[in-house]
Amino acid sequence: MKLFYLLMVTITGLWLCYGVIEMPRWGSPNSPASVHVSPRYIEQSMAETEVPNMVTAVLADYRSYDTFGETTVVFTAAICCLLILSATRGRKES
Amino acid sequence: MITSQESIIIKTLSRFLIPFIQLFGLYVIMHGHSSPGGGFQGGVILGASFILLVISFGYDEVKKRFSKRNVMLLTCAGVVLYGAIGVVCQLLGGNFLDYAVLPISQPRSMGMLGIEIGVGLTVMAVMVSIFRDLLTY
Amino acid sequence: MIWQLDLALLLLTVVCAIGALTVRDLLASAILLGAFGLFMCLLWVEMGAVDVAFTEASVGAGITTVLFVIAVFKTERKSKD
Repeated sequence: MKLFYLLMVTITGLWLCYGVIEMPRWGSPNSPASVHVSPRYIEQSMAETEVPNMVTAVLADYRSYDTFGETTVVFTAAICCLLILSATRGRKES
Repeated sequence: MITSQESIIIKTLSRFLIPFIQLFGLYVIMHGHSSPGGGFQGGVILGASFILLVISFGYDEVKKRFSKRNVMLLTCAGVVLYGAIGVVCQLLGGNFLDYAVLPISQPRSMGMLGIEIGVGLTVMAVMVSIFRDLLTY
Repeated sequence: MIWQLDLALLLLTVVCAIGALTVRDLLASAILLGAFGLFMCLLWVEMGAVDVAFTEASVGAGITTVLFVIAVFKTERKSKD
């Protein structure tokens, strides 16, 4: 059975390596990621937001609604930890 | 439950280090615009400093400062600050989280600073809260 | 991109990952996971993604290790398998 798992993992790994070969070169200016909206951010973000750090400009200004959701997710994680850990302790004591 | 360490080296070193770690966390939050960092990273560093406080001085020593109520209040305050800035932008006539309508100089930069403080507060309180829940389980 | 540095960092990352999976002591496993996070952080820095590296260093190598150590401390130190 362990041999079967090893075989599966090896096949999946080789498959992923085969996929990586097809990807554009690292930092290539013609890759799909850097021809769509990236030039707009690189050219306009300083003039529009007056913030030198482009990553913060994208995270907190252009995509701020996304970051709001991320903060809510973190908040929900804390509440879930609080509820689950306190509830289990209460059941053990009773 | 973690109790206070006997070792004087750990106590002295953490008493010396914690203010600097917290100062660095505040710096990371405040300079999120012009250097790498931001609310999330700075909040995690601030939370880590409180975790170091608990590890070196014991949970009983810091229990009164981190009651469940205070930590949850801080967690909610961050999310509410974030949402409030968005709603204020809406009330002033813009879209949700459209900082350009805020009546201050450099409105978009200052709006980003406000929401990053909100994110930092939430993340710091969440880290302390999860750590405290695991510790008192 | 310096390929020698890349090769060394990738090798150390893989060694840390395999070590964290195979070691019997769960505390050592948690610490190895922290080292894995540190090497991932260095890889991000080397590729120029400084913000991601900052997050990885503070969350992956800092907080995650502390939470795992507390979880091990509260349960058992020996691995079952």
